[in-house]
Amino acid sequence: MEQFVSYLTIFLIAVFVGIEVINRIPPLLHTPLMSGSNAISGITIIGAILTLHASHSWIIQVLGFIAIVGATINVIGGFVVTHRMLGMFKKKD
Amino acid sequence: MEKAYINLLYLVSSILFIIGLKLLSHPKTAVRGNFTGAFGMFLAVVGVFLEYGTIERSDIILIGSAILVGTAIGAYIALKVEMTGMPQLVALLNGLGGLASFLVGGNSLMEILETGKNTELLNNLQFTISTAATGIIGAVTLTGSLIAFGKLQGLVSEKAVRYFGDQIVKVLFLIGAIYLGYLNVTQPTKIEWYWYVVLVSSILGVLLVMPIGGADMPVVIALLNSYSGLAASATGFVLGNNVLIISGSLVGASGILLTQIMCKAMNRSLPNVLFGGWGAAASSAPSGDIYAGKTKATSAEEVAMLLDMAQRVVIVPGYGMAVAQAQHAVRELYNQLTDKNIEVEFAIHPVAGRMPGHMNVLLAEADIPYDKMKEMDEINPTFNTVDVVIINGANDVVNPLAKTDPGSPIAGMPILDVDKAKTIIVIKRSLSPGFAGVPNPLFIQDNCLMYFQDGKKATQEIVTALKET
Repeated sequence: MEQFVSYLTIFLIAVFVGIEVINRIPPLLHTPLMSGSNAISGITIIGAILTLHASHSWIIQVLGFIAIVGATINVIGGFVVTHRMLGMFKKKD
Repeated sequence: MEKAYINLLYLVSSILFIIGLKLLSHPKTAVRGNFTGAFGMFLAVVGVFLEYGTIERSDIILIGSAILVGTAIGAYIALKVEMTGMPQLVALLNGLGGLASFLVGGNSLMEILETGKNTELLNNLQFTISTAATGIIGAVTLTGSLIAFGKLQGLVSEKAVRYFGDQIVKVLFLIGAIYLGYLNVTQPTKIEWYWYVVLVSSILGVLLVMPIGGADMPVVIALLNSYSGLAASATGFVLGNNVLIISGSLVGASGILLTQIMCKAMNRSLPNVLFGGWGAAASSAPSGDIYAGKTKATSAEEVAMLLDMAQRVVIVPGYGMAVAQAQHAVRELYNQLTDKNIEVEFAIHPVAGRMPGHMNVLLAEADIPYDKMKEMDEINPTFNTVDVVIINGANDVVNPLAKTDPGSPIAGMPILDVDKAKTIIVIKRSLSPGFAGVPNPLFIQDNCLMYFQDGKKATQEIVTALKET
């Protein structure tokens, strides 16, 4: 329970930090914000890698493999496409 | 390595995520912001390998090849996607994040059952409840996003798919998912319950997004973005990992905030988007009659003449422009007009397009300077000084009914005040109503001319006509 409350604290503080930071982003950049934050949600890759730890059950390995592939597509796809989009927002003369 | 150091590394990557998002607030620093976030992700992955300690070779091969496959697919689709296909891609990526999350939840549970290690977790409510939550949120995110993808790609009907009693069915599935989650919490040794949670939640995701029509897609995409973050955060609670909790909640917050902005831009509440509204109205609303013989059609030559005399021109892009892939033609028009010393600006409604900021990306792709893209609040007070406003494939966002008819489905929605401009040109293929399903009295206004043509073709014809004047 104690542990849970401290995780919950971290969660809620991060939510407030997130709102504060993102509130300042102009509508112009909302799509890059979405794809960029979307890439960050691929952080599940950490969890996916961890659950493969010392497991020899084939089903866990298969599901873990799929989870890592999915999360990696999320991460790489998200960051790369954000980069592509931002390249278009360069100041034109 | 000692756990404290690894946690410190995770803390650094969490901070990099926050700084990265902060830098995204200006086009000048945004590229750096994106790199900062990516570097944070890299550090987190380094951290997880350190946490692993000694890894067996077979595991390295398995993990390494999964990362390689994911990287190849991710990079390929991100580099190949057309800018007009951006909403689909974001929907798809959201869904994959959700998929990964519920698989992690299931794996964590199965691992305990299989190895017999850490069995005390099964009596830990934090672990079991957050596992069930991962299953529900992750699965809803996956299938909801796939349906959103299908709708945007035209594979699934873009219309609001409704049937008798659909609200009740949704609620029943939600209750079912929660009840199965409860069984998963009380009998964690029965892994079946977890997969039933995932199955029922998957159906729930489909049921939730199917009834939502195309006009509401910006809200849905933003909401699913939020869900994918919450799913990641829930896996953080399962694994007791701070970096997952923090980054997941950042994404969750960002998605919710965008959802709220989109709802406000349409003057609707979130429950209204999720449980009814425009979609239902679209099928029954009468349209057409109000136009009878009162609209004036125009031609490229006439538009060119009007533009030639104008000093200030505003272009309003809409989804029709995106569908017609007209952004490059619009850029040509922009070039020509600015060459003639005519001031050209773009008025962008927050919900124009299929995701928040969709129009900005398309115009940026066509090299329109971003300081020419004006937000609704900024440009609205200036419309009375506009000589010609060109509405390219937009409809509902310029419909004055939003202000005048309290009974209309779009009542109260803030709109672009184009009716104040001297001359209004509407490029539209027909008089068919927009997604809100209501006719637009703007079209019969005295100073409004209709140019019935595809958004791209019309713009090209105007460009040609301008060259000849």
